[in-house]
Amino acid sequence: MAKRIEIRFSGAGGQGLITAGIILAEAASIIEGKHAVQSQSYGPEARGGASKSEVIISDAPIDYPKATIVDACLAMTQESADKYANGIKAGGVLLLDSDFVSREPQGDFKTYKFPITRTAKEEIGREIVANVVALGAVVALTEVVSREAGEQAVLAKVPEAFLELNKKAYNLGYDKVKELLK
Amino acid sequence: MAKKVALLQGNEACAHGALYAGAKFFGGYPITPSTEVAEVLSIELPKVGGKFIQMEDEIAAMASIIGASLTGAKVITATSGPGVSLKQELIGYACIAEVPCVIINVMRGGPSTGMPTGPGQSDVMQARWGTHGDHAAIALVPASCQEIFTETVRAFNLAEKYRMPVQVLYDEIVGHMRERIVFPEPGELEVIDRAKPTVPPEQYKPYDTSFGDVPPLAAFGSEYRFHVTGLNKAQDGFPTTKAEYVDAEERRQISKVENEKARADIESNEEYLTEDAEVLIFAYGSTSRSARYAVNELRKEGIKAGLFRPITLWPFPEKRVALLGKQVKAIIVPEMNLGQMNLEVERVVKGTCPVISIGRVDGEPLNPGQIIAQVKEVK
Amino acid sequence: MAYDYEKSIRPGKLPHIWCPGCGHGIVMKGLIRAMDSCGLEKNNTALVSGIGCASRLPGYVDMCTLHTAHGRAAAFATGVKMAKPEMTVICLGGDGDGTAIGGNHFIHACRRNIDMTYVIMNNFIYGMTGGQFSPCTPTGMKASTTPYGNPDPTFDISKLAIGAGATFVARTTAFHATQIDKLIAEGIKHKGMAVIEVLDDCPTTYGRRNKFRSVVDMMKKLKENAVPVQAASKMTAEQLQGKFLTGVLYKEDKPEYIEQYAKVIAKAQGQAS
Repeated sequence: MAKRIEIRFSGAGGQGLITAGIILAEAASIIEGKHAVQSQSYGPEARGGASKSEVIISDAPIDYPKATIVDACLAMTQESADKYANGIKAGGVLLLDSDFVSREPQGDFKTYKFPITRTAKEEIGREIVANVVALGAVVALTEVVSREAGEQAVLAKVPEAFLELNKKAYNLGYDKVKELLK
Repeated sequence: MAKKVALLQGNEACAHGALYAGAKFFGGYPITPSTEVAEVLSIELPKVGGKFIQMEDEIAAMASIIGASLTGAKVITATSGPGVSLKQELIGYACIAEVPCVIINVMRGGPSTGMPTGPGQSDVMQARWGTHGDHAAIALVPASCQEIFTETVRAFNLAEKYRMPVQVLYDEIVGHMRERIVFPEPGELEVIDRAKPTVPPEQYKPYDTSFGDVPPLAAFGSEYRFHVTGLNKAQDGFPTTKAEYVDAEERRQISKVENEKARADIESNEEYLTEDAEVLIFAYGSTSRSARYAVNELRKEGIKAGLFRPITLWPFPEKRVALLGKQVKAIIVPEMNLGQMNLEVERVVKGTCPVISIGRVDGEPLNPGQIIAQVKEVK
Repeated sequence: MAYDYEKSIRPGKLPHIWCPGCGHGIVMKGLIRAMDSCGLEKNNTALVSGIGCASRLPGYVDMCTLHTAHGRAAAFATGVKMAKPEMTVICLGGDGDGTAIGGNHFIHACRRNIDMTYVIMNNFIYGMTGGQFSPCTPTGMKASTTPYGNPDPTFDISKLAIGAGATFVARTTAFHATQIDKLIAEGIKHKGMAVIEVLDDCPTTYGRRNKFRSVVDMMKKLKENAVPVQAASKMTAEQLQGKFLTGVLYKEDKPEYIEQYAKVIAKAQGQAS
């Protein structure tokens, strides 16, 4: 049976979590040649509210395109954690932005956390790349694609003027999680 | 050279399919969840000398594509269920005047405004019957981003070949999700262009049945000059109330799609593990993906489930479904509405097996678990 | 020598459906003379109409003709013009068709300033359905659905067109037969959206209910109340009470839609704009 991995990115609308999901799906399907489906759901708000983006990655064609049992979940805000940090499989992982999620979802999974948004702001100097920091962190946590494929997908997505910034953000997120995993 | 690949949304794939088919005109009106089709075409059409216009409302959008099609252009509009409700008036016009056009319906729930960002499949009967008067309908229901591309191309082909509106229906899930698309090379997929009249202009009649069920349509602005109306008309295109003309034209416009040969040409289905199936799942669009997942899970448990997936929803695959109805213990019809195609399956199997509806209209996808549970209940 | 209309009329399509005394035939003749004077080619001219008595006009004229659905002429015509800009596109229809059910399409065609000519025959009534009041039926007048007199205020079609952005707006009447073709011809030559409102008469469903004894009475009223714009400038408000202006009411040079879209195409194709 094909291995099917389900990853959910969640946060506030406008934080770029849908983009993070798209980049991961591109890393898997365009760069690594696997099968991937990315989908999202959101409310009527263009900004704010809670939004989620799901990526299913498999080495075989994907039937059901939505999450059934989540391998890894990211929550950037309390609202998204309350709403979307569920259906995580036993032994799965949950990654939280520790500055914004104080009431941690409970379950039979491992929770990792660090101040994702603050890291982007203080160590990269741009809060806007928090989604890319988060993406690096998710790749490190799941190893669903290689570090290089993830980076390549990030660089293919962003405007030329922001290549360095995003490369730094991605790798910073990746390294932060590898530290946590030590 | 390696083929171009990209991770695209279903809606983006649709726009690229339209371009591949040679679309030269888009007239639309913004409506969630279809807007990406318009957005991509607003960028791409002018690059190929095509035209994009955002009209003042859904009806105008439909009117504009019919007008453009009469000049010989391949035309498309994209909307959602509420938009099709408004377009129904002119869908009927395109049927009776026999004007090729492609209508994309990215389905959400309803009735009325419903849940604009949630998926639905509740427009399938609207696609069949949505305009007043008797008419034929062609509707295609792709289930993946790649298939949205290829079925959009096929929609243009069928519209041009049968001289009528063709609808492509897919739900918000497939419209907004992203999958890898492999762009077909030019020439790889069949692209059908409109048949041109072969008679001299003075002999041309726009509904001349001596050329078969689908008479050639000339273009405005060419050497041919003719009249187009939404009134019942004779073969010369002018209004008539003569009973025998009206009757003959009405019947021809339906039989051109529903005769055996046309059906064989238009119908398209996929069957998965139906040979020995004891329980059949009839599912289309994104729901068919849940169904396929369910079939795989059920087979692991030794339950002989199979999937019948129409890719052409209208005309309905009557013969094959009737035959399967005699083979299986039950047919289960999961759909994101409260049993619309279920009715059609029931009609066709004529009581040879139970037909069980699974409906879901809460804005959430119909998931494999629901289907698995229902199949187990039948067993 | 009398003008030869035969060359522009489709053989075998007459008699028309219009009642004796109806002004639509006068407008059709004016249109034919106008198209002729502009040298329009039959194969390159589209006449697009909606539904109603006036909208039957294209069926009689030997051009590329498109009889659409109620109110939708301007929207169909926009598609024709966009897809084939080299064609001359003329919309035809009545007041109810153009300003009620088709009001939205009408104002947006004006707003875009797309290069079309819209000849709107305003006979103040829905004739084909038997004389119900339209947005142009004068307040107080009788229609089959205003048996106690029309309570509704009235649209001024020309003002509506100017307000919406049409760049050539003219008005005349079915009485002023020779002015019809001149104004339509001017509209056709104008680059942009041209609206020609022709005040018309419907003796069968409007005249009869509103105490006009004859078609001649209706024509007389059109004649008497028409004030050429040049003359109006010398008249007092009091003198203009109950009158309407005729002639070219508005003319402006403004970017035209097809030309604007050609710039979009040039930009999209990476050419300088």
